[in-house]
Amino acid sequence: MSENFDRPEIRKPENLIYSRTKVLTDNIMHYCPGCGHGTAHRILAEVIDEMGIQNDTIGVAPVGCSVLAYNYLDVDMAEAAHGRAPALATAIKRLNPNKFVFTYQGDGDLAAIGTGETIHACNRGEKIVIIFINNGIYGMTGGQMAPTTLEGMKTATCPYGRDISIMGNPLKMTELVSHLKGTYYVTRQSVQTPASVRKTKAALRKAFEYQKDGKGACFVEIVSSCNSGWKMTPVQANKWMEENMFPFYELGDIKVDGELVK
Amino acid sequence: MTEEIIIAGFGGQGVLSMGKILAYSGIMQQQEVSWMPSYGPEMRGGTANVTVILSDERISSPILNQFDTAIILNQQSLDKFEASVKPGGVLLYDPNGITHAPTRKDINIYTIHAAEEAAKSGMMKTFNMIVLGAFLKIKPIVEEENIEKGLKKSLPERHHKMIPDNLKAVNLGKEKVILAQKA
Amino acid sequence: MKELKLMKGNEAIAEAAIRCGMDGYFGYPITPQSEVLEYLMAEEPYKRRTGMAVLQAESEVASINMVYGGAASGKMVMTSSSSPGFSLMQEGMSYIAGAELPCLVVNVQRGGPGLGTIQPSQADYFQATKGGGNGDYKVIVLAPASVQEMADFVQLGIDLAFKYRNPALILSDGVIGQMMEKVELAEQKERLTDEQVAERCPWALTGKKPHRGHNIITSLDLDSSRQEKFNEKLQAKYREIEKNEVRFEEISCEDADYIAIAFGSSARLCQKAIDLCRAEGIKLGLLRPITLYPFPYAPIEKLAQRVKGFLVVELNAGQMIEDVNLAVKGKVQVEHFGRMGGIIPTPDEIVAALKTKILGGK
Repeated sequence: MSENFDRPEIRKPENLIYSRTKVLTDNIMHYCPGCGHGTAHRILAEVIDEMGIQNDTIGVAPVGCSVLAYNYLDVDMAEAAHGRAPALATAIKRLNPNKFVFTYQGDGDLAAIGTGETIHACNRGEKIVIIFINNGIYGMTGGQMAPTTLEGMKTATCPYGRDISIMGNPLKMTELVSHLKGTYYVTRQSVQTPASVRKTKAALRKAFEYQKDGKGACFVEIVSSCNSGWKMTPVQANKWMEENMFPFYELGDIKVDGELVK
Repeated sequence: MTEEIIIAGFGGQGVLSMGKILAYSGIMQQQEVSWMPSYGPEMRGGTANVTVILSDERISSPILNQFDTAIILNQQSLDKFEASVKPGGVLLYDPNGITHAPTRKDINIYTIHAAEEAAKSGMMKTFNMIVLGAFLKIKPIVEEENIEKGLKKSLPERHHKMIPDNLKAVNLGKEKVILAQKA
Repeated sequence: MKELKLMKGNEAIAEAAIRCGMDGYFGYPITPQSEVLEYLMAEEPYKRRTGMAVLQAESEVASINMVYGGAASGKMVMTSSSSPGFSLMQEGMSYIAGAELPCLVVNVQRGGPGLGTIQPSQADYFQATKGGGNGDYKVIVLAPASVQEMADFVQLGIDLAFKYRNPALILSDGVIGQMMEKVELAEQKERLTDEQVAERCPWALTGKKPHRGHNIITSLDLDSSRQEKFNEKLQAKYREIEKNEVRFEEISCEDADYIAIAFGSSARLCQKAIDLCRAEGIKLGLLRPITLYPFPYAPIEKLAQRVKGFLVVELNAGQMIEDVNLAVKGKVQVEHFGRMGGIIPTPDEIVAALKTKILGGK
């Protein structure tokens, strides 16, 4: 198949049916095959591209699998300490109110070590977009229990399954922030099917449009699989996610235009 | 000229603000000044004190253990600072609430019945200015016009209407101060 | 024309911040430095003066990371705290140093360890001058000894921070923070426009520009050989700072037989001790390091060639004395005198310590 790329009679603009978004760089992503990060990056990049705000967007990605997001997203970006992205984003937005500012955080980052920063940035109504990738596990460090790990789910630090009586309950951060006055738009989406990808992209677009209008904090959770951390094939992981994650982490809008809808 | 003063009493007696007015007055006459409070929880209802230094030269330590003058407004402060007055120095105190009078013989001791006078005049808030007046009678280290300027600088604008009453209290203090013991 | 005011050290820092054109302050209350945030909130510079942002954060951890974010976008930003809060900021300090960002941090020290006391101390000397957080990094450390210097070092600190793309720290204490003195304030400077920021900081997150690729602010490099090169670059920068930025003051050193070495409030106490000593015929002088990093090793080494002894006076158990010993190299006697836990010695005690530890010993 690869020889076709070298055939100039085929490489013509009229034959182009799919290409890299220009807001993504040429760097090869380090994410595992089957991981949701690549898709989430792509639709985020498409939204930035379609809104024409590439030169006005500043992103913050803290410690986690997506700490290297700055290698893939072709916008000005900062890497942050574990959990602290909303604090950085608060200052960046307040000092540069005309820029579009987003954070891109995992569950361990946003819902464990960075709970304080997350809650308070949301509660202050910082005019930023928070993108929250929830795969119920610490992927980067090798599959340890996350605050969002489901009851009974096995990880490196709960090898016999999460025992609620010892390890506490999985945390629904998105519902939690939806009850804060400072949040304007709160939604939970996924990226495992073409339809869900389209819905998530629409949600991201909405969140950035709200920021353009100076509305409060917009919070987009993307429930994602971590097939390597979950020790499954990508297809098994998606199926497991649909059967186990979605019943607990229900998809859909939770707060729209500052009003709870769920 | 260098004058090293400790003002000590209860929080709420206006100890810190008296020191501040004195310091501002010093600035108004081109002197170097420092104002170093005790700070922390003790300010809220407990004892409060402030070290004020006015000098024609650069001030070295803002914290001292010997003073030219101690202005004392409660018993705890008298117990704590009587020994810190330099020999030949001044101890000025309000006898209100004092059960054990000072005993040193090598210092000049003055009294001012400021609490009583303030109550009589119906202006309890000017209590500290009566004490300040008493001190300035003993040691006229700042001009009266500079006290007025100091008040203007240290009081928020909304309180500027109180300045005449404050100056009256200063003069009352000057009248009522009593020399209790000469060194 | 400069303006003359009677201010607390903490208030002077806040006012100087507005006047030097600072873009943002992010802080959290802690005694004895809360007046910085209180003063800024009362002034409302964001509404009434320069447009400077002021925000009370949810913690010191958030404060320093807000500073990180603001600095990453090329803005002039600062925070202030006191010892326990400054400890919480060490992670952020390390990231900021590692990402080579300029910012100003103020530590108005109190006694420790742990929650300790709210009274003045200088026990954070090691933490301030030797790094503080993880990794090999240095912070430029300025030690004010007066309210005037509290004000002046805001401008100096932020200037040095931008000159070297490195955090600068004002290491003060409860005495200098809480005392009031006469202070001459600088004239109001205008804040830089976004265009000026982009020009001054081509590395900053100001939005991708047609003439450059996207800017990345990070302290991460998974490749050890590249990370070592980066460390070497940092070290070269520190050598440059050590060459250019040493600041100190000498008082009555010309004819001195003995030298007190002290910074900040301790230096003020020592000045009084000099007067007391000289009244008794003991020729004491004072060397006051103004920059604690870079430390004035050379001038101390020079004095060591002709004086009879050094007394290092600190509000701690003996920290700066290690740097003094590195400078003196055993040539003459070096002794330490300090009080701890928030106790401030009187000038008399310093004189007594000089007599028993150095004069009496010979």
